[in-house]
Amino acid sequence: MMRSMLAAMLVLFATPILAQGAVPPAPYAYNQLEDPALEAEATSLMYTLRCLKCQSQSIADSDAPMAGDMRHQVRARMLAGESPEEIRTWLIQRYGDYVSYQPEVSATTWPLFAIPALLLAIVLAILLRRLGRRRNDEESTAAL
Amino acid sequence: MIRPVYFIPLAFFVFFAGLAGFMLTQEKDQFVESHMIGQTLPDFALRPATDNRPGVSIEDFRDGQPKLLNVWASWCLPCIAEAPHLETLKQSGAEIVGVAIRDRPADVANFLSRHGNPYSRIGADDLSALQLELGSSGVPETFVIDGDGTILHQHIGDIRAEHVPILLEMLKEARS
Repeated sequence: MMRSMLAAMLVLFATPILAQGAVPPAPYAYNQLEDPALEAEATSLMYTLRCLKCQSQSIADSDAPMAGDMRHQVRARMLAGESPEEIRTWLIQRYGDYVSYQPEVSATTWPLFAIPALLLAIVLAILLRRLGRRRNDEESTAAL
Repeated sequence: MIRPVYFIPLAFFVFFAGLAGFMLTQEKDQFVESHMIGQTLPDFALRPATDNRPGVSIEDFRDGQPKLLNVWASWCLPCIAEAPHLETLKQSGAEIVGVAIRDRPADVANFLSRHGNPYSRIGADDLSALQLELGSSGVPETFVIDGDGTILHQHIGDIRAEHVPILLEMLKEARS
């Protein structure tokens, strides 16, 4: 009883949060596009865009009103004929790389791509040298 | 006797573990800064968010007068904290144009009657469309816009007393 009273009171005091949802969600926030192929493209794009309110979620995962508005933008723009990459570029122009979860080679991220390649090259070089040396050893023993 | 080279991987591990541990103690910057600084505002027209103030369109920002564009909402608590400082800005001669995000006319009117109305115009952005165009990621945020509609500065979060002179200085510079 106490607990439900407390819960009711907390909800009463949370009116600002309720008010945020008082305005109905954007038309395409929770509604899919009619064309299933287009919707599939939109969905896969939404999974790679960051929700700016809840920064560890994608806009496809988040229930934040702003994520809903971003989903609306994605679907409405797809419907208007924009490609997923155009929409991603549009968002990156406004929020920077941070808004996109899709890794891209840029001035700051190139080491992430270069280092594994470099390590692989080093490993390969060491391996070849060792194997080469062993073969030489075997050959020299055989010669004896 | 172990050759010193064999300690290199261990050294790498200790370095990265130490780096990760250090970064955990650092405060994370939660702000997403707009990349639209220096760009012009997009074409837009917003209906009035309440009865006693007109709506907002791009034309209002092309009259040669620098303005503040305040992105806010009646459901936003820090917006209450910032209200008195917006009032100070207005009294110091700043024109403040409001954009109310996801808001109802009745809620806007209620907020303004309680916390004051420093706005010359208030547009309603029901789909956060203008907010996304601005590269804004929350409420409240305030943009300094010059007389041609170019975005000069973004202030993220509520305006506090110490930010008032900075914003006034920016408006003054934009005027000259």
